Amino acid sequence: MARHIVARTSDIPPGGNKVFGVEGRDIVVFHVNGEFFALLNRCPHEGAPLEKAACVARLTSPEPGVYQRSRVGELLRCPWHGWEFDMRNGQSYFDPKRVKVRSYPVAIENGEALQKGPYVAETFPVLVEDSYVIIET
Amino acid sequence: MSDVIDRPILAEEEAARSRLRIIDCDVHPSIHAHSDLDQFLPKRWQQHLRTYGSHLRTPYIGTTPYPRSSPLIARRDAWPPTGGPPGSDLDFMRKQHLDPLDVEYGILQVLDLFIFSQQNLEFGAAIQRAINDWQLAFWSDRDPRLKASILAGQDDTQFAIAEIERCAKIGRYVQINVCPRANEPLGRRRYWPIYARAQELGLPLGIHVGGYGGHAPTGGGWPSYYVEEHQSNAHTMAAQLTSLVLEGVPERFPDLKIVFIEGGFGWIPSATWRMDRHFEAFRSEVPHLKRRPSEYVKEHFWFTTQPIDEPDEAKHLRSLIEWVGADRLLFSSDYPHWDFDDPRFAFKTPLSETERRKIFNGNARALYKL
Ligand code: FES
Repeated sequence: MARHIVARTSDIPPGGNKVFGVEGRDIVVFHVNGEFFALLNRCPHEGAPLEKAACVARLTSPEPGVYQRSRVGELLRCPWHGWEFDMRNGQSYFDPKRVKVRSYPVAIENGEALQKGPYVAETFPVLVEDSYVIIET
Repeated sequence: MSDVIDRPILAEEEAARSRLRIIDCDVHPSIHAHSDLDQFLPKRWQQHLRTYGSHLRTPYIGTTPYPRSSPLIARRDAWPPTGGPPGSDLDFMRKQHLDPLDVEYGILQVLDLFIFSQQNLEFGAAIQRAINDWQLAFWSDRDPRLKASILAGQDDTQFAIAEIERCAKIGRYVQINVCPRANEPLGRRRYWPIYARAQELGLPLGIHVGGYGGHAPTGGGWPSYYVEEHQSNAHTMAAQLTSLVLEGVPERFPDLKIVFIEGGFGWIPSATWRMDRHFEAFRSEVPHLKRRPSEYVKEHFWFTTQPIDEPDEAKHLRSLIEWVGADRLLFSSDYPHWDFDDPRFAFKTPLSETERRKIFNGNARALYKL
């Protein structure tokens, strides 16, 4: 496993991101709520640059008219077709193939039971050592 | 998970780039500021625009009846760094879209100012005229890859014909665009003089989804959500295809070529199967039709690809393309809108080299005589 020191933590402002070329790949590092997350800078759907994604909250709804936000800033909403990915592991929460079927049980059960889609954005472990951001590939 | 992009990216992209030379049949340029139109718009209508703005048949002046999925329905990465709305900066469009995707030609589709939905038909005609001139001055003249369409709302036939004549004389437009949600279904006789003129001029008729007429966008009434409204584009297109075919437009104007833009193509097989089946039972009601509806569809209509339906199984998209016919499809990206299709990754099923050439380039080249 190769380790790449890519930046100082202060190079990436809270709520911001920065793209690094690592071994021929563009990897985007997000700084959210004091944590750093690294993902391949391409959406697995049609390849949009995830650096332009909106950092959104998870929005759930137990019933029409009632909305709950959680994990503010930790979900990525792709800048093109709006698929959502969990920054922590790249897991997709928006499977357009079965979006109706899959989102429905979410609304009734507790939020943790949210079904995951099959599309996974590639993620990389990030270490913060002495205020440097290190990506392992 | 075969759809996940986990292959070496750069090599793949380079290879794709040299293979594709695309004609993009749906590129949206935007007006940077309304004052850009001043030089093309008589004082009287400039004043009207400033004083009254749009008068539409739907509520909420200056906006749309539903919230959009993203501001100005645009990709988040398409806002020009120099300011202005997405699609308004040619240099940025070149850098982000035309150059990297190797676009040989882009067909412009203007939607600004609710161009086809104005209730004041005289004002509507004035802004159509202004935008037709603006397309050349601001886009085609500055980048020969970009081809303009003659915008001619059809609800006042005289205005439409006059504008078509005026632009045809200039000779640089590649199609005539009419409104997808006119006052009556598009096959009706009141619109035929326009079709006759398009046929004589050899210009395809373009019908791009969108706009707000007085009719609800679905047969069941007004939807609640944007996602419902987006879905209704396909119904609208199916209704208009049905009207054009069954009222006999291709029968009456055999050389007229009609392009359905931004309606996708997933709905076409069932719409034509149904028409064919019913035609067998009810042909005495429409004796002006000499052939099965599907035959007219196969010969007189073209469909741009975006938004491509993405069925769970790639083989279903495969058979859809076969049913519609690779010779009927024209690649379109819809740049810079949120549901943009990237030509390298939009088709979630392999295409043969022949199909690729047709869909990404050959069909449009022949149709628009490029
Ligand atoms: S490219 Fe990301 S959702 Fe389509």
